[in-house]
Formats: sequence, C-alpha cells, structure tokens
Amino acid sequence: MSIFQMTKTVIRNLTGGPATRQYPAVPARTCLLTRGHVAIDPSTCRSCGLCSKRCPCEAIRLDKEEKVWEIDRMRCIACGDCVEGCPFGSLTMEQSYHPPVTEHVVERYTITYVKPEKPEKKPAEESTKEEGVGESA
Amino acid sequence: MPERIIVPFGPQHPVLPEPIHVDLVLEDEKVVEAIPSIGYIHRGLEQLVQKREYTEYVYVAERICGICSFIHALCYSQGIEHIMKIEVPDRARYLRTIWSECSRLHSHLLWLGLFADSMGFENLFMRSWQLRESVLDVLEDTTGGRVIQGTCKVGGVRRDIGQEKLDEMHRELDPFEQKCRDLGDVFLNDETVKYRLRGLGVITKDEAYALGAAGPTARGSGVAMDHRETGYAAYGDLGFKPVVETAGDCYARCAVRVKEVYASIDIIRRAIEEMPEGPIDVKVKGTPDGEYFSRAEQPRGEVVHYLRGDGSKHLARARIRTPTLANIPPLVKMLPGAQLADVPVVVLSIDPCISCTER
Repeated sequence: MSIFQMTKTVIRNLTGGPATRQYPAVPARTCLLTRGHVAIDPSTCRSCGLCSKRCPCEAIRLDKEEKVWEIDRMRCIACGDCVEGCPFGSLTMEQSYHPPVTEHVVERYTITYVKPEKPEKKPAEESTKEEGVGESA
Repeated sequence: MPERIIVPFGPQHPVLPEPIHVDLVLEDEKVVEAIPSIGYIHRGLEQLVQKREYTEYVYVAERICGICSFIHALCYSQGIEHIMKIEVPDRARYLRTIWSECSRLHSHLLWLGLFADSMGFENLFMRSWQLRESVLDVLEDTTGGRVIQGTCKVGGVRRDIGQEKLDEMHRELDPFEQKCRDLGDVFLNDETVKYRLRGLGVITKDEAYALGAAGPTARGSGVAMDHRETGYAAYGDLGFKPVVETAGDCYARCAVRVKEVYASIDIIRRAIEEMPEGPIDVKVKGTPDGEYFSRAEQPRGEVVHYLRGDGSKHLARARIRTPTLANIPPLVKMLPGAQLADVPVVVLSIDPCISCTER
C-alpha cells in the first residue's frame, strides 16, 4: 500500500523550520526590480510632460503653469512606463508598496526645479563656439 | 423514483476561488443535471480596446487574468506583431518562452494545491503552494512583478535577464525539479488520492473533442492538442511534445498537469542553455491595419485573441476566447452521475478561471 508518499516531505518540513517569514518582524521580500510605487524628485523635474503622455491609465497629471505634478495612486498600476520614459531621471520606482488607504487621495508635488541662468553673454564668437561644443558632447 | 431537488453550487463556495454558479439537479445524492451560469465579474475589457492605444492595451490584456497574465500579453502582442509585420528578435522570443513556462509552472502548482484542498488533503495543498512561491520569487527577480509581469510589449520584451541570473536559475532548476517530482509522486501514486479521483467525472475522447474541450481537459481524455506544437515564440526551436493521458477522469487531468510541470521545467532548462545573444526589442512604428486570430497555449488551454485594426492608434475590435469558456460544456457533461460530495473536485478538475471567461 502506498499511502506514505507524503510522509517523507512531512518529516522534512517538521524538522526544517517555518517556510514563511515572521512578517512584520522580518520585512517582506523585495528585489531590485520590484515595482512598488513611483516616486518623483521635484527638484530635477523639468515639466516636459512625457510621463503623463506615456501613462497608460492616466494616473499622472502635470500642470506646467502651476508647476504641479500629481499622481493618483489608485489609478497607477506601477507598470514603470513613466520611469523608463523620463529623460531627466526624476522618476524612480521604489521597492516598497504603498500602504492601503480608505480615501481616494491624489498626491501633489510642487516642482521646485529652477532653470539655471544662462551664463552672461560674452563676445558673440566665443559663445557660439561653446554652445556648439556642449551640444555635440 | 426519488424526488428531484435543485441545489445551488456557488457563486460563493469554499473551493471556488472565483464566482461561477451551477444549479445541480439531484436525485438523492446523485447529480442528474447541471446548469451553469456566469456573469458575476464581467469588466468590459474588450470594449476598452477602443479607448486605449494599441501599445497600451498590453497592460489591459495582461490584467484579464491574474494567473495566466503573461501569456495573455504574449498572445496579444503576437497578434499585433503579425498585423504590423514586425519581426521579434530571437532573444525576446526565448525570454517570452521562459516567462510563459514560469507562468505555467506557477499556475499548475497553484491548481495542484487547490485541487488537493478540494479533496481534503491540506498538507499537500500547503506543499504545492510552498513550491509555487519559489517560482513567484524568480518571476519577481526577473520582471519586478509576482503575478503581473508587465514585461511583454509589442515588438519584444521590456526587460532582459542577465547571464548571472540565468546561470543561477539553471543551477536552481535541478533541486526544484526534484522537489516537484516528490510532490508529483504524491498526486500520481498515493492510494488515497487515486481512490478519490479514479473514475470520477469521466469524459471520453470523442465527447471532449465534440464539446470543444481545451488544454489539459482535452489532453486528459486523449486529444493530443497543444498549441505549443505549432512553434510560436521559441517552442519551434526547442521542440515540444504534448503530454497526453487517455482515461478522461479527474485523475488523468491531474496527471496531465503534474507531467506538464516536469515538461515546463525541461523547456526552461533548454531555453536557458540555448539562449541567443542580441537585442530584446525592435522599434515599433505605424499603426495596425488588418485583422488576425492570435493563438497561444495557456495553462488552462488555448486562448484566442481576435484583433482588428483600422489604421488608427486604437484597435477597432478585440475578441478574446479563453480556455475556461471552452471547458464549461465538457464540465456540464462530466457532472451528471457524480455524487454531490464529488462536485467540488469535478468542477476544479477543469481549472476554472472565471476572470478570464468573463473578461
């Protein structure tokens, strides 16, 4: 009679300790790629609006005049398309999941990026040379 | 003649992860007729194709189901790629195959656990899900998501797996396969499991074929039908033979899935060994204009995405036929003759995925 197929596994599991983590004492498992939530660095965002264009679920809204960047966490599916598309590296994908909420909240960030002032104009010949070098680099 | 009574089964029932309702007509404890009804979680995802751009709809297609998510995205992407005549790079095809098989592994291990739970073998249920967890960890390490991978896109894949991670996966496959074989040994050879499953919910080969059964339900009855044989993604390069059992009962359907777990591990191993170098995606330009029936093999059977584009960035129509929808008529055929206490086991043996069915 073969009814003891499972016994080997049972004994191994009994002696092997728990298979699950003692959460919350031990933090949940994450890895480098884990898509938790999108975070923005308002000091580097240049309001180009690519993120809101790329977002497949219309969770990101950008007001260029008011300098306001908004994300609706309940719409966001954490696909990471905005992070891939951001040309200035202002958006990052954090590994921690957002805590559950009971109210519909839209997170607002005021963009603090200030366009650096152009260096004072020097004689016309030099400035055109410098710009040319900068662009090609 | 015993009096006939009707017992409602579902939509809320301990063995059902998702809502499906079956009216069981009973004579004493024996089922004489089963009348299914669905429609509890329809979300209108096919209509959404007219509101999302064709590249964005991949995310919607992926969310049709939480278990076969990657294969839905793969099937949709293949359809669009065929309409737009995009040639996907080799490495992307192999990566898609690896993730598809990981999805199949975790889906089958999930189902084996639920099946063990439905027959009251709690210890086996826990063990199956413990093994499934290691597959989910690999999926999270390589894609960033445990069940919604989000890596498939029109024109290729969004992420690459580094050589280091591939080597690590290859090393872990042997011990993992040994654990799966220990688990499969219980399902295939344990007397109590056999006693519970043999001769239950029988459907013959001809009936299965006539009623349009798909996937392990068809293969458990001896219909050697597996869409991976046609060689989409990298299956053509890797070679593939479907797993077939002939008995047509719950035990045969269980055996098909157990053996498919071994087959999936083998495919992943060979895909890692033969992984070609190169780019993982191509740039997609233009809009789809034309129609195509895209097909892929999900853990539950063959899925069909019908896609029609009219040259705009929104598709005109998407129609998705999922395997569980095809498997409901065979289920209705299986149930008469079963005891009421066996109904949960028979219903689970087709691996019902209602979110897929209703989209």
